[in-house]
Amino acid sequence: MDQRKCECGHTNPIGTLLCESCGKPLDIEIEEQTAFPDMRYEGMARRSQTYTKKVIDRVWNWFSSVKIAIGIIIVILIGSAVGTIFPQQQYIPVPVPTEADVARFYTETYGKLGTIYYELGFHNLYSSWWFVTLLVMLGTSLVICSLDRVIPLYKALKKPRLNQHKSFLKGQKLFAEGPMPEGAKQDELLANAAQVLRKKGYRIFSTDRALMAEKGRFSRWGPYTNHIGLILFLIGVLMRSIPGFFMDEYVWVREGQTVAIPDTPYYVKNVSYHTEYWSESEMPEKLDLKGGVIPKSFQTDAILYLNKNADLPGAKPDLIEVKSGPIVVNHPMEHESLYLYQSGVQEMQLGALNFNLIDQKNGNKELGLIKVDLYDPPKEQDLGNGIKVRTLDYFPDFIMGADGKPATQTNLPKNPMVALEIIADNGKISEKMVYLQGSVITQKTDPQFGLVIRKPDLIDITGLNVRKDKAVPLIYFGSFIFMIGVAMGFFWQHRRIWVQFQEDDVMLAGHTNKNWFGLRREVDGLIEQTKLPLTVEEKSKA
Amino acid sequence: MQFIQVSDWLLDIAFLLYVLSSIVFVIAMTGKNWAGRDPKQHEAKYGRIAYWLAVIGFIAQTGYVVTRWIGGGHSPTSNMFEFMAFLDFCIILAYLIIYRIYKLTVIGAFVLPLGVIMLAYSYVFPKDVTPLIPSLQSYWLHIHVTTAALGEGILAVGFAAGLMYLIRTVPQTVSTKSTKWLEVVLAVVLMLVGFIGMESTFARMDQKTVFEMNKETQNAMGQMEKAQAEYTMPALVAPADATIIKQGPMSPLFTAPTWMEGKDAARKLNTMLWSVLTGVVLYGVLRLIFRKRLGALIQPSVEGIEPELLDEISYRAISIGYPVFTLGALIFAMIWAQEAWGRFWGWDPKEVWALIVWLFYSAYLHLRLSRGWIGAKSAWMSVIGFVIILITLVVVNLVIAGLHSYAGV
Ligand code: HEM
Repeated sequence: MDQRKCECGHTNPIGTLLCESCGKPLDIEIEEQTAFPDMRYEGMARRSQTYTKKVIDRVWNWFSSVKIAIGIIIVILIGSAVGTIFPQQQYIPVPVPTEADVARFYTETYGKLGTIYYELGFHNLYSSWWFVTLLVMLGTSLVICSLDRVIPLYKALKKPRLNQHKSFLKGQKLFAEGPMPEGAKQDELLANAAQVLRKKGYRIFSTDRALMAEKGRFSRWGPYTNHIGLILFLIGVLMRSIPGFFMDEYVWVREGQTVAIPDTPYYVKNVSYHTEYWSESEMPEKLDLKGGVIPKSFQTDAILYLNKNADLPGAKPDLIEVKSGPIVVNHPMEHESLYLYQSGVQEMQLGALNFNLIDQKNGNKELGLIKVDLYDPPKEQDLGNGIKVRTLDYFPDFIMGADGKPATQTNLPKNPMVALEIIADNGKISEKMVYLQGSVITQKTDPQFGLVIRKPDLIDITGLNVRKDKAVPLIYFGSFIFMIGVAMGFFWQHRRIWVQFQEDDVMLAGHTNKNWFGLRREVDGLIEQTKLPLTVEEKSKA
Repeated sequence: MQFIQVSDWLLDIAFLLYVLSSIVFVIAMTGKNWAGRDPKQHEAKYGRIAYWLAVIGFIAQTGYVVTRWIGGGHSPTSNMFEFMAFLDFCIILAYLIIYRIYKLTVIGAFVLPLGVIMLAYSYVFPKDVTPLIPSLQSYWLHIHVTTAALGEGILAVGFAAGLMYLIRTVPQTVSTKSTKWLEVVLAVVLMLVGFIGMESTFARMDQKTVFEMNKETQNAMGQMEKAQAEYTMPALVAPADATIIKQGPMSPLFTAPTWMEGKDAARKLNTMLWSVLTGVVLYGVLRLIFRKRLGALIQPSVEGIEPELLDEISYRAISIGYPVFTLGALIFAMIWAQEAWGRFWGWDPKEVWALIVWLFYSAYLHLRLSRGWIGAKSAWMSVIGFVIILITLVVVNLVIAGLHSYAGV
């Protein structure tokens, strides 16, 4: 590597602005500039300031620029705001099964602007390629800018220069120079100053002619620490797209039902579901709810099973219970990295139809109860006395098809139609009847048997969100590191004060990365207590 | 029961004391140059009185928070009224903290009026103590909301100091872009005042306009009925596709665009229009009375304060507020969202706006530290930052509906 020799004899790596040893500006031009080189890294070489020729250098320099970083942040900010003008697709209030419906929703609800919003893809803005690209660019910039600065910063902090070149001291924003007070001794003055500064919490580095006091050096690592936290956070976010790290499923489970959780070896059973409401006596204040109620809790009592045969294709599930208990909003059920959240409910849904079978030719004598489970209709029920009931046909969500044949719209029992056959007298009597929409139609005009409709069984169906997110610990960890870094950088400041003698002059200079007010106060205190004949000149803050 | 009663009284007392404190602060700032007074002494004396009034008000408000917490059984941050009152509490707290560091009483001359406006704003919302619905029953929620409010309160002090810096330093002899924007900022503050004035005036009068929408929705009992929109303020703008069933003091001048769905959207637009209108009228009246830009009117009262100190205070407030806000509005929010919904981030509008506030202040910090944006530039940013916070609190809550939006005006 090309080296540059300073007049003090030290050879510096290329790109160095201030001699690593004596602090003299290496470039003649710099010496004459009014603006002194950026003090942040004490003139140490930075890659981005040194190499500018190749494409890779250009890319590196582009990403290491704070100006660009701010630009990226602002673009992300504006983009995010645009995404809140109309709801994102996931928050659309009505179900929109197809892409065409989505498009229609935006047009119909929000007019022309809605159409444009949809056409530009803003309805899925946060997962759009350009938004994700912006986030990746931010991450890249964070990594590169940190790499670009960490080594120079390390060097600048590691070897504080003691005997600075005069132009170095003069270049500081806080600088004062004056003649030695009459009869004062250098070493006494230095010892005095050291004592004052030590009391203020400074660490003292000194030689016989010079002193440098420093404090809060570690706070300079604050920004890098917080950027590392952000990088970890972003890595966590990216990890969620690796298969197995993140899973998001939704299952609807009826009371009493056990269902398989997709993509896992687990099954979940809904033992019971109930919603509780706040009673008036529990309310801190009488409220006019206009007849409404305020829910207190949504709770599913659930059992989680592991299927031991999950790896054997075609084998019957062999379930063993791994966990049971309530699932309440804000208190998910947790098993290893799997979480089950209470997230929806359909209450009072039809579960089973109930009928009383009567003998119409015998004074409407009750013959027994028929129950048709709408999720699992029984093939045949035996009512005793030689009477059997068969389920001939069942359409959970009845609709008359275009071909004139009955059909079902969905497989949820929203509008059930059941055809039953009553068999009595050892098969001599057979009567068929159909239940639909609250009435019973019989096949014969003068049937012996009749059905009296009873209150149906109503059940609750709970909606459970099943999630797995292995990146969460990393995301929390990244946030934690970020906070530590921010605290380091904000609640402490890096300050350096130099006191130096040159011939018969005293020179004093100060530098800080922020809070010049505080530094100024300490420097003034120092001058006052050591009775140095100095007046500080503060250059306009750059 | 009693606790809630007491908490109401305490809040009223706090409000009154803040108003008094603001008045004394104004006397401290404007009376400096009255004849026969030593300006320094005058400012110090009245500043001290105003400061202590604020302290006692703050103690009363602390009492409000505690009693309402006990009486309601949960932290008083669960609806718009409680949140705004709590934010106000945090603004005053932040002022007291910053005062401890810099001993500059006069910051209060800007912070306390802001506190009065915020508290008055909270009074506009229904004050009922409602029991918590399941999704709000999490201690993470309370930690999240209280910390976020504290962060916003501290950032508000950063705004107040930034605004003082601008009023102190923007030359008022000629009209420039800076003076114009400064007037805009002051006019926006007046709009907030106008809104509160209108809302509290009409809330006490029975001047309601009721509309019936041509759309059926489910009511609390599960029956379908036509939705009604009830305006407390006179109707400037009617909901789309609705008929008046109770005539108010005036007939609507025009109809809201159809995309403003929801029975409340048009009413909120109406409220917003009135706020802007009254704010502009207030501004115009003040201009007519004093025949000066408002910035020029206030400037003499902040003379004599070192601009660098204001800059420093604004920056210090933001650099304390930023981590607190990050912790409360983003990190704790993520933890809670993870517990409640199994996702730490969902791009809900309220979440996005918290992110926007955070990104904005991140940009502020980078501009300041790495690009040397201090003084005026930095002060403008502190003002814009707080405007974004206000947008998050007011517009996003009231206009853009989402998971977090509190129902209300
Ligand atoms: C959202 C993303 C970012 C956040 C939240 C963030 C946060 C911060 C914070 C809090 C500081 C400390 C500021 C202070 O002490 O006043 C800082 C400093 C800094 N950041 Fe960032 N940053 C982000 C992105 C970036 C990027 C992409 C770059 C790349 C160029 C960058 C470069 C810097 C630099 C150079 C410093 C100053 C370090 C010093 O002088 O000691 N930041 N950042």
